[in-house]
Amino acid sequence: MNGVPISAFLALALILFCIGLYGALTKRNTIIVLISIELMLNAVNINLVTFSKFGMVPSITGQIFTVFVIAVAAAEVAVGIAILLSLYRNRRTVNTDEMNTLKN
Amino acid sequence: MENAWLIPLFPLLSFLFLLLFGKKLKEASAYVGILLTLASLVYSVIVLVGRLTNDTYKAEADWLQIGNLQLTVGFEVNQLNALMLVIVSLVSFLVHTYSKGYMHGDERFPVFYAYLGLFTFAMLGLVLSPNLLQTYIFWELVGVGSFLLIGFYFHKDSAKAAAKKAFIMTRIGDVGLLIGMILLFWQTGSFEYDEIFASVQAGEVSGTMITLTSILIFVGAVGKSGQFPLHTWLPDAMEGPTPVSALIHAATMVAAGVYLVATMFPVFAASETAMATVAIVGAVTAIFAATIGLTQTDIKRVLAYSTVSQLGYMMLALGAAGYVAGVFHLMTHAFFKALLFLAAGSVIHAVHTQDIEKMGGLWKRLKFTAPLFLIGTLAISGVPLLSGFFSKDEILIAAWANGNYVLFWLAVIAAFFTAFYMFRLFFMVFTGKPRSEYKNVHESPASMTGPMVVLGILAVISGYVNTPWFGTFLGDWLVEGNEALGHGHIEGPAWIMIVATLVSLAGIYLAYLMYMKRSLAQDWFTSRAPTVYSIVNNKYFIDEIYQSTIVYATKAVSLFLRFIELFLVEGLVKSVTGIVQGLGKLGAKLQNGQVQAYGTVAFVGLAVLMLIFALTGGYL
Repeated sequence: MNGVPISAFLALALILFCIGLYGALTKRNTIIVLISIELMLNAVNINLVTFSKFGMVPSITGQIFTVFVIAVAAAEVAVGIAILLSLYRNRRTVNTDEMNTLKN
Repeated sequence: MENAWLIPLFPLLSFLFLLLFGKKLKEASAYVGILLTLASLVYSVIVLVGRLTNDTYKAEADWLQIGNLQLTVGFEVNQLNALMLVIVSLVSFLVHTYSKGYMHGDERFPVFYAYLGLFTFAMLGLVLSPNLLQTYIFWELVGVGSFLLIGFYFHKDSAKAAAKKAFIMTRIGDVGLLIGMILLFWQTGSFEYDEIFASVQAGEVSGTMITLTSILIFVGAVGKSGQFPLHTWLPDAMEGPTPVSALIHAATMVAAGVYLVATMFPVFAASETAMATVAIVGAVTAIFAATIGLTQTDIKRVLAYSTVSQLGYMMLALGAAGYVAGVFHLMTHAFFKALLFLAAGSVIHAVHTQDIEKMGGLWKRLKFTAPLFLIGTLAISGVPLLSGFFSKDEILIAAWANGNYVLFWLAVIAAFFTAFYMFRLFFMVFTGKPRSEYKNVHESPASMTGPMVVLGILAVISGYVNTPWFGTFLGDWLVEGNEALGHGHIEGPAWIMIVATLVSLAGIYLAYLMYMKRSLAQDWFTSRAPTVYSIVNNKYFIDEIYQSTIVYATKAVSLFLRFIELFLVEGLVKSVTGIVQGLGKLGAKLQNGQVQAYGTVAFVGLAVLMLIFALTGGYL
């Protein structure tokens, strides 16, 4: 277990974050955008866990914090999906291109 | 005299008042105009009487201080100014009164009176000016008044065209005046007449420069006074209402050119070339316009050409060093020509046509107008004992005494023509049988005949202020205290008076034979020399020559300039707006409302910032 170096964890987190960022900025489907945001959140989670184990002062705080983040993220996705659903009912689309106004 | 500056302000007041309340007053606005010009007239007479005994009065106030240069405004009452004040305000007052009847029922009646007020203000202001700059300001204002009044019937295309023509033609002259004025200022360092004359007489200005400036100033006078070759606007100006023709294009404004030359006389007198130019242009104009007058059939146009011709006489007089003769003729001409125009207006008012070939036999129908018209005709023809006789005689003597024998004989021939065409006009309008059906011809109302009677009396008696028989009171007074203006009376051989009388009687007799007794066929001349007749009848094709040379040349230049404007200037402007619009569009693209686009920008921005940070280590 100790054979895996810190850089591998951080690289994984970085790759995950970049994929998420790329998806969030380029995809036209709002669902995919939401999923991509989840990817970025999880990349952050990996970072938290990594530093809680390999940081200057290793402690359990980071891992607990990650659990909190996962819980909050779940709630946030629920809210996001709800908004998306009502938006879909109104506009009959989940295309981000067409969501360029705050009114109507 | 200290308050002479009030005189022009009365008509200005009338102008402003009618501008504001004219719509409400309707035809009552005539009374406002009449009363205020009457005030001007009364005050002008007081000033004239005061000037008869007192010295020249001059008052000035500072206007502008530019470096060492002090510009002033003010007014001056000298002999010429005082005389002109009375002439202008008198004719203006009479025309105001006359217009009440003539313009009755016109929709824009108050506007007409407002314009008359503006013009009278400008003309009186011009007459009072003590320096060239102020003169120039009023000179242009007078032009504006003339423009507005010629174009008064602006629904007629011909009136619009005539107004524009008058404005542009006089403007050509004004450019000359402006350049002359600036040159004089450059040479003498002052716009003040007094200082300019002093400087010229002290020999501080070189001879060539005097000649140049005075000829340039004369160009301005040529434009305003309708002298050849800038005369073509004046006959066209007859498109304006007839009272306007009487006031502006016969008695006052067109005399402004003569007045200017008379005012600047000491400068002109210092240059023989300039004097010769003035005399030659005057004499040529006198005979040239008189010949055109022989062939015209529009009553107002005949009078217009006659005006041009008479103004030529005045210029001839001034150019022949006959200062008094020129000013004297200016005065008498103002009275009898205004009378003729007002009488012509009365005729037009009665028969509703201006074509004399359609008139005839009006002597019995117009009991007041006809004799008054006859008085004017006799006066302008130079029949003895009327005003025109004395003033024309003075001019002929001045021309003879100056040694310009060619010009003298030209003037004599022009006098013959004048007598002929004026009586041709008179006989064709008032005698014989009517040549068309008139409906209810009636004499004009008292408001129209009254002013005519006043002018008729003046046309008879105004000559007696300066005669070889009863003393040359006017002449002596005009030149008093100023040697530069020449003598009050020029002695000439007695036969000149006899020749002048004979010539005018011969002209009248010829007209009588042709148009009254009809013992001489009317086409006696035209059938023998049709080419000459056609040239003269077409006014020597001057308008056509201008059209095919200057107008076309101007149009070609303007086409070229338009091309530059369209492709060069416009192209520049378009490219500037294009750049700005392109930038704007680029900016607008960034703000498309797409959260993802904003996110991308934010991320790229962050990345760039971090890159810079990484590369420079935080120290930029």
